[in-house]
This record gives sequence, C-alpha cells and structure tokens, in this order.
Amino acid sequence: MDVLLHKKLASFELSVDFECKPGITALFGRSGCGKTSLIEQIAGLMTPDSGRILVDDKVLYDSALAINVPARKRRIGYVFQDARLFPHLSVLNNLRYGEWLTPRKQRYATLDSVLELLALGPLLQRRPATLSGGERQRVAIGRALLCSPRLLLMDEPLSALDGARKRDILPYLERLRDEMHIPIVYVSHALEEVARLANTVVLLHDGQQQAVGPPETVLTRLDLRAHTGRYEASAIIPAVLQSHRPEFGVSILQTSAGSLISPQLDRAVGSKVRLRLRARDLSIAKNPIADSSLRNQLRGVITDIAVEEGAFAEVLLKLPDETQLLVRVARINLEFLQLEIGDTAFAMIKTAALDRAAIL
Amino acid sequence: MFELSPESWQALHLSLRVAAWSTLLTLPLALLLSLALANKHYPGRNLLNALVHLPLVLPPVVTGYALLLAFGRHGVAGAWLADTFGLVLAFKWTGAVLAASVMSLPLMVRPIVLSLEATDARLHRAAATLGASPLIIFLSVTLPLAAPGLMAAVVLGFAKSLGEFGATVTFVANIPGETRTLPNAIYTQLQIPGAENSVLQLALLSVVLSLAALLCAEWLGARLNRRVHGR
Repeated sequence: MDVLLHKKLASFELSVDFECKPGITALFGRSGCGKTSLIEQIAGLMTPDSGRILVDDKVLYDSALAINVPARKRRIGYVFQDARLFPHLSVLNNLRYGEWLTPRKQRYATLDSVLELLALGPLLQRRPATLSGGERQRVAIGRALLCSPRLLLMDEPLSALDGARKRDILPYLERLRDEMHIPIVYVSHALEEVARLANTVVLLHDGQQQAVGPPETVLTRLDLRAHTGRYEASAIIPAVLQSHRPEFGVSILQTSAGSLISPQLDRAVGSKVRLRLRARDLSIAKNPIADSSLRNQLRGVITDIAVEEGAFAEVLLKLPDETQLLVRVARINLEFLQLEIGDTAFAMIKTAALDRAAIL
Repeated sequence: MFELSPESWQALHLSLRVAAWSTLLTLPLALLLSLALANKHYPGRNLLNALVHLPLVLPPVVTGYALLLAFGRHGVAGAWLADTFGLVLAFKWTGAVLAASVMSLPLMVRPIVLSLEATDARLHRAAATLGASPLIIFLSVTLPLAAPGLMAAVVLGFAKSLGEFGATVTFVANIPGETRTLPNAIYTQLQIPGAENSVLQLALLSVVLSLAALLCAEWLGARLNRRVHGR
C-alpha cells in the first residue's frame, strides 16, 4: 500500500508520503496533528487536494488521473475511536452488516473465524448499549473485518478505554496483526501502544511527516524528541525469553547486546518480547563492571550525544542488531568519562526498572 | 345517554375512515419533505419549510378556501383530476381526506425532521465504510433510527385528521354520510335546539378517541425507543 497526499486543513497543511507493509503501520503524533484527517482520506470519507492512494495495487485515489473511488467501494475496514456500532442492531447483525454488503467472491473473513479471533461468541445476542467499552471495540473490529477489507484502519481504538480494558484488548490486536494477513494502519498518540504493536511508525507533526521507520529507530532518534515527547524518552529493543528462574523469581532475557535479568514474566520460554527502556533508568560505563548488582549490562557503540541546557545530556547507543538505546546522563559524568561518538560503552539497568511497564 | 344514534355512528365511521386515509397518504409525503428539510441548507429551503408549515398558522377557513379554488370542480387541479382520473374531490369524502391531509402535514413533518436530525451522521459514515450505498444507509440506519419520530408523526397526523373542522367544512361542506365527520356533526347538533345531549355525547367521544391515540403513542413510543436503542 502506498499513500502520497496533500490536503489543506484549517490550521496546517497535511503532507505525507509513505508505504505500508503487512503488519501494523502506526500513525503517531500528538492530538490534532492530522492523524484522523489522514485516515479519513485513506478511507474515502474526506477528499485530498492532491496525491495518490494505492492499496493492493488498486488505485483508490489519484488526482492526476481524476480517480476517486467512493468510500463504500474501497473495501477498507475502519474502526472508529467511538466504535460507532448501530444501536438498533444486535451484535450479530452489526457484525454481519458489512459482510452482507460484500460480494461473495471477495469475502475471505468468515463469521466463525472472526468470532474466534475476538472471542465474540458470548456477545452475539446483546445490544451495543449493554456492552462495555472494550467489548464494543472488539465488535467494531469484527464488523470491519467481516467486510473482508484490503486494509484495516484503526483510529485510536483504545483511547476511550481505561488501563485495565486496554490491557484486555491489546492481545487481540496482536493476534489480529499476526494472524490476518492485511496491512493495518493504526492511529495513536500513546507511545506504549505504538511501541508494542507497530512494525512501522509514521511520525506526524502539524500534518508533516517527520520520519518513517521501525519503532526502535523512530522513537529513539534524538532529533525527533520534540515530536515523540520528552517525558517518554525511551528506547525499544527486542529480546527473547531464554529461561525462567522461579527459585529467584526472575526470568532471563536475551538481547543482541547481552542478557538481562527481569522479574519473572508470565510468558513462555522462547517468546519474543519488546523492552521499553526509559532513558532515565539507564546509566552508562566505559567498561563492564564486576562486583556489582548491576549485572544487566548491554554493550554498544555511541552514535549520538545530545547536550542540553541543565544538568543532563542524552547518549544514543547502537546495539549489535542496529537497535538503539537512549541513556540519560548527567553532563558532568559525560565530561568525567570523556565519552565521544564512536566509543564503545555499556548501558546498565537495574532489574527493578524492568517492571511490567517496561516489558511490552 | 351512551347509546349512539345512527347519525353519530355514521359520523364516527366517516371520521375514522378519513383520518386513516389521510394519515396513510400523508406519511410518505411528510417523509419526503422531511428528507428535503432535515440538515439541509439550500436556497429556497426556508421557503419550502414555511409553505409546509403555513396551514398551521393560516386560518383554517383560508386553507379550505384555497383548496376549493384549486381542487373545486372549476379549479385547475380539480378539473385535471376529474378529467384524467375521474376523481372528484369537491363535496366528497375524498376531499375531506385532502383537507385533513394538508392540515396535518406540518404536524407530521415536524417530528420526522427532528428525529432525522437526531440520527447520528457518524453512523452513516460508518455504514459507508462498510460498503453501504446512500439508499441502503437510508433503509438500514436512518429509517429504523427515525422510527420513533415516524410513529409520533402517525399519531399526531391521525389525531389531527380526526378533529379537522375549519378547512374541511369550507372545502367539502357538511353533507351527511359524505363529509359529516365528528366535528362537523358536533357543529350541526349545536345548531339544533335541544340537542345538547347528543353534542355532549359526540364531544366525549372525541375526547376518548384523542386520549386513546395519545396514550397509544406514548406506549408505542417507549417500546420503539427501547427497540431502537437496545436498552
């Protein structure tokens, strides 16, 4: 899928050019940066000023060729922030609404598979008004999937839910990403969701595309910090759960730069996890340290140092698998260690900092 | 006292027939007009709205007179209807239906417009992304969600048609068995000395009918609302 478009909006101009691969492409940016306008244009609910939208090698919009396929013929699933279920229909009829309108030979999603994927079986006879927020979003996702879409758009589907409901629904989104082989465009302003779900991140600011790339790269680039947010300064690195040590209540995780000890995880050995390491939880050393409880030491090469006003600086450390870590260091210590770009260094993190929020 | 005279029975029967036909025929027109008025802005929209609501504020006798001019035997529309379809409205019960129809139109349009404007346009967009054409959206989303408004329109229209007097008597007069509806019959009895009993009887009958219609509307409306919103 290819998206290239321009649109003048009330307060700024929206201008993007990106490609979606299978998996989840996250449109990430602050509220009001044009994310929703962008997916409305992909869905055909809003017309761009110019550009081109290509899904599955089918042109849905091309200003040069004067092509503009109407929303109802695009076969793009849209999960709205507010679910927008039909209040007068049961859950079952909500689910089937789009299926009925999809020509038989274009259908690939079956009711049974969607019910199973989203665990909707027990809700079928209920009315939307009696569902919880999380259940509503699951039904909305199922309804969109049953149109057998070429592409699924999700507009902050979790933003109306509280923390516990969010955690309930995230595994469904991961299954969706891993089991349905369609590209998904996921709009969010929540870093945790993007870091956990996305394969690709498109960073938007005031309608302008700032960066495109895997979350590990985009969310850690120092020059994008103004847009990804300072408070959330952190890096995402992949790891594999190597073993559990129940006698100590810990799990051992393997990363490309060394192993990490975390509080015991509720996951199977061999499963892949993403770690979100906050810059302020990490410290840095020139050489590995022995005789310390700080045994979580990751070796990398310094690729960037951003010195700011005030006490702190940020150091970007590239690990062997090309993912990057962000370390927040007091400037005085940077001076003391005489660290420079190109040096090898060790990032260290306490096991206590690898809490539930750090393991995605 | 509660024994109805044959004339009263006839008036009741005629009133119900006129009201039923009027409601049935006006509903589709009211729906079309409501669609043209709800959430719309175009030149002439306010004029159309004013024309629809005119019978509500005009003296009914004026509306009846206008109908007489247009649909009387020598009126443009009346002559055309008589020549093409053999349909004569003047001084016939069918004319009473037309008078009731015109008078109840604004009362029917209003709740439908309100309910159409209250249906959530965001649901229409959701339906479009699911592959629904405007017609399918109208039939599967707009209409069911506007059902309580349609119901209110039917009851109001029926009750208004049942009691329409001014325009009816002006347009189709007061002919026993043809155009003497309940209000016309009450008016007639009022002219006869010593017929107070029968006036009271017919008046009570009107009250009972109107009350029954309103109660029925309340009950059906609550049921429909529950159905539509699933609570």
